[in-house]
Amino acid sequence: MQTILSVKNLNKRYGALQALKNVSFEIQKGNVYGILGPNGSGKSTTLGIALNVVNKTSGEYSWFDGTMETHEALKKVGAIIERPNFYPYMTAKENLELVCKIKGINYSKVTEKLELVGLVERQYSKFSTFSLGMKQRLAIASALLNDPEILILDEPTNGLDPQGIHQIRDIIKQIASKGTTILLASHLLDEVEKVCTHVLVLRKGVILYTGLVDGMSANDVFFELQADDNDTLMSVLSVHPAVKNVAIDQGKVLVYLKENLEAKELNRFLFEKNIVLNHLIKRKNSLEEQFLELTEKN
Amino acid sequence: MKRLLAIELQKIWKNKASRVLTLTYFILLTFIALIASIKFDLGIFKFHLAEMGIFNFPFIWHFNTYIASILKLFLAIVIVSMMANEYSYGTLKQNLIDGMSKREFIESKFLTVVLFASFSTIFIFVMSLILGYSFSSYTEVSIVFSDLKYLLAYFVKLVGFFSFCLFLGILVKRSAFALGFLLVWNIIEGIVKGILSFKIFPDSKSATSIMQFFPLESMSNLIVEPFTRLSVVKNLGTQIGLDNIKNYDVEFKSLLIVVCWTVIFVYLSYRLLKKRDL
Repeated sequence: MQTILSVKNLNKRYGALQALKNVSFEIQKGNVYGILGPNGSGKSTTLGIALNVVNKTSGEYSWFDGTMETHEALKKVGAIIERPNFYPYMTAKENLELVCKIKGINYSKVTEKLELVGLVERQYSKFSTFSLGMKQRLAIASALLNDPEILILDEPTNGLDPQGIHQIRDIIKQIASKGTTILLASHLLDEVEKVCTHVLVLRKGVILYTGLVDGMSANDVFFELQADDNDTLMSVLSVHPAVKNVAIDQGKVLVYLKENLEAKELNRFLFEKNIVLNHLIKRKNSLEEQFLELTEKN
Repeated sequence: MKRLLAIELQKIWKNKASRVLTLTYFILLTFIALIASIKFDLGIFKFHLAEMGIFNFPFIWHFNTYIASILKLFLAIVIVSMMANEYSYGTLKQNLIDGMSKREFIESKFLTVVLFASFSTIFIFVMSLILGYSFSSYTEVSIVFSDLKYLLAYFVKLVGFFSFCLFLGILVKRSAFALGFLLVWNIIEGIVKGILSFKIFPDSKSATSIMQFFPLESMSNLIVEPFTRLSVVKNLGTQIGLDNIKNYDVEFKSLLIVVCWTVIFVYLSYRLLKKRDL
């Protein structure tokens, strides 16, 4: 599998603040990556360094196995950083044509990409007349102009209204379904959960986890139960051999397991003990819960 | 190179303010020709500027380049804002992300500066040629094309001055403040000049020899004012007992100093861009 971006032991200092500490990771072709982390955790700094706008303090990074210089590699990358930056006095079309000139490609894709993000009717309007949602969509069109090997999105839905968020997500999903590699930085967990296969968790400039979204938490599966008498339920459960521990959360009994247990077996076991359940779900931790668990542990 | 120029010219040309200023600049340049029509007729005293010899070859090269270089401020505004706007719109960051290297970015700006200077020089050359042939008393080819060094000086002066503006635009990041800084710098040079020539070296030429290394002073030394060179004015001076020993030539040393400043400004702009986080 082709490595698109590889980062090794990256460090960044802003004066006394150490923004990144020994950050290393690899981005492989064809996957959808999410970079998770609270505000100020170093997501944008990491992307900024790889995108040639922030200077690293130490460490290394290379694009496409180091076969080309960063600015040449960036011509094959589509990236959107925080807020859309365009020339306000140019129209949408003119702005995209300028990007074509910079990337050294012809104008043939301009209309196609404007169609993709639904801005064809407004292509002759000045950028300054656009709403934030439209600006963000134009930024996506611009990032896609060269049919990039990888699309990098840094907080693409920041500051948008629900409709705008929905539009952007639809576009991202559409792009992901075509097999484009995507790197999505966000502090919105459900956003990452919905589209990403791989995840990188950053906190205070340190990588806490890299790998598959599913592999983020060890105690994968658990049950969520509720009965009329939760106390009895809990005491009965604690003697079951497959149960590691039980906890109660907002009126629901959470059952964590030592070994595999099917829902019907648990149900039968409890029924034999004269407990009838109102509620039984076998589920995994949501990304949010996994994320909180991970950041609290460290 | 073509690509870099195309990028930069689109940025400037699509901007209404820059477009108006650039056009104004070239229109004002043609207005130098209007000096020819300055005529006073006060009975016995007739005054017609075009017949005073200001459009005589080769003096016209000196006169026109001097007048034209006063107007360079118009283009300076365009250049400062083309740089500062990249910061305020955040487009510098976007250009780099889109795959322009920092070196290419500076190159595209500097090429534009050279293009503007070349265009102005060609413009002045053609216009002076036309004016000269209409009003000059001498039109022999050998005289017409003598003293073309003033055009070279004009070109170097513009490139140097615009590079200074470019550097200020990057340094200050805001067009209004960068232009303010230019003004302040001008005043500082004036003050230093005053202190040097009246306080520290009142009796020697040391002040001038130090001042010639300052950026703005070195640029203004390239083309010395032409007015006292006019025969009318010169005669007037001799009558009231002023001996004029001024050197009106374009000196190689002044050219060299300005070229050095140009290199320094462009290099500093690049260094600044390279070191900054965006």
